[in-house]
Amino acid sequence: MRDYREGNVGDLAGGPPGHAAAMDGTPALNPRVDSSAFACPDCDLLQHVPPLPRGTKARCGRCGHVLAARPPGPRDLPLALALAALITFVIANVMPLMDLSAVGRTTSTTIAGGAYEMWVGGEPIVGALIAFCAVIAPGAFLLFMVTLLLAAQYTPPPVWVAEMLRWAYHFETWSMLEVMMLGIMVALIKIAEVASVEPGIGMYAVFALMVFIPSILVTFDAGELWNRVSWVDGTTAPHPSHGVPTAEPRK
Amino acid sequence: MSARLTAARAGLVSCEACQLLSRPASAESPGYCRRCGEKLEFRRPASIETTWALVIAAAICYIPANALPVFTTITLGEEEPDTILSGVAFLYSSGSWPLALIVLIASVMIPLGKLIALAYLLITVQRGSIANHKERTRLYRIVEFIGRWSMLDVFVAAFTVALVQLQPLTSVEPGAGVLFFAAVVVITMLAAEAFDPRLIWDAADRQQAPLG
Repeated sequence: MRDYREGNVGDLAGGPPGHAAAMDGTPALNPRVDSSAFACPDCDLLQHVPPLPRGTKARCGRCGHVLAARPPGPRDLPLALALAALITFVIANVMPLMDLSAVGRTTSTTIAGGAYEMWVGGEPIVGALIAFCAVIAPGAFLLFMVTLLLAAQYTPPPVWVAEMLRWAYHFETWSMLEVMMLGIMVALIKIAEVASVEPGIGMYAVFALMVFIPSILVTFDAGELWNRVSWVDGTTAPHPSHGVPTAEPRK
Repeated sequence: MSARLTAARAGLVSCEACQLLSRPASAESPGYCRRCGEKLEFRRPASIETTWALVIAAAICYIPANALPVFTTITLGEEEPDTILSGVAFLYSSGSWPLALIVLIASVMIPLGKLIALAYLLITVQRGSIANHKERTRLYRIVEFIGRWSMLDVFVAAFTVALVQLQPLTSVEPGAGVLFFAAVVVITMLAAEAFDPRLIWDAADRQQAPLG
């Protein structure tokens, strides 16, 4: 069994963000890796991350990637934000984004309308991509976050929370509401040359979502939830000192 | 510099979704994370080959994306095609140069910059470069973060098409360019996901004396 003194386990950074400091004389980890051991996702360096106080983050001592972060603020804040965002998301999709009027005629569009017109206009793949990035991905992300944050109120949380959190992050990668917002603004300025354009309720809802969605990500303490979820393999999280589990061969 | 131990050298594999460290189920296939169910990998599989393939595919799509019209404005039967660059020129000439700059950066410079950055990362990894690890890792993070913003012009085209439907007076139809442009964005995003930043550091780790 290798001793972890060999690894750069002392490379810790607590305190204010951006303050990386290698600590000397840090007690080396047990020869058995416990749950405070992290491998940096960007450079694979094994490091020991101690329990962090609220509002601090730990950076990789080698490449600077944020290994763990504990957000400040109350624990229920992300749930409140996610609920507000989910309601706003429904409004953003149901209400028209904007109305356009020219020579006595008016048209309006919703988010889904943008995808639909692309589809019927001869570009079904692009239409589907827009529907995915602007409706399905953010919708799934918000729905999953609300569900799992509600379920996380239970101790221990239900078995499916871990898998759902994993999927929520996958969908978040492809959620592009903020890009869509900028795209709509560019389109509006182009069209304003030839017609008058009125922003609708849907537009204000998308503005609100641009604030809500990043706020959920910033206030959500993922590490805390990962530490107490029931494991997908059916066991509850083992005690930290139990060391590293062996992966499941196949499913 | 003291010897540094990576998870891979310690025979451990870190879950990309929940960061739990596990012992691999077997050397050939590390298995699945017991906590969240994600497939475990020491390094993303065939990372360099996959990333190269996607970078080349995106570079090919980049040409028709810029040459073909993203949408066509039909006014009283008269067709006027718009490419990405003519859209930028229109915004500039109509006085909104900040927007012209945003579209130019998001649609032309970011995709091109991403392709160059990924090619640079791939070449330095393949040559086993042991310099500028931190800077290259930061470059990768920028590429990963910025990719989505290239979708801007796809949304511009979509909402222009959706809104300007005043037949028979004037209407806007999507053009073939938008498909290639969307392909560039999606393929470069997938390329960034296929590239494994840990490869940047593996060259340095290989220089250490092997662990006994």
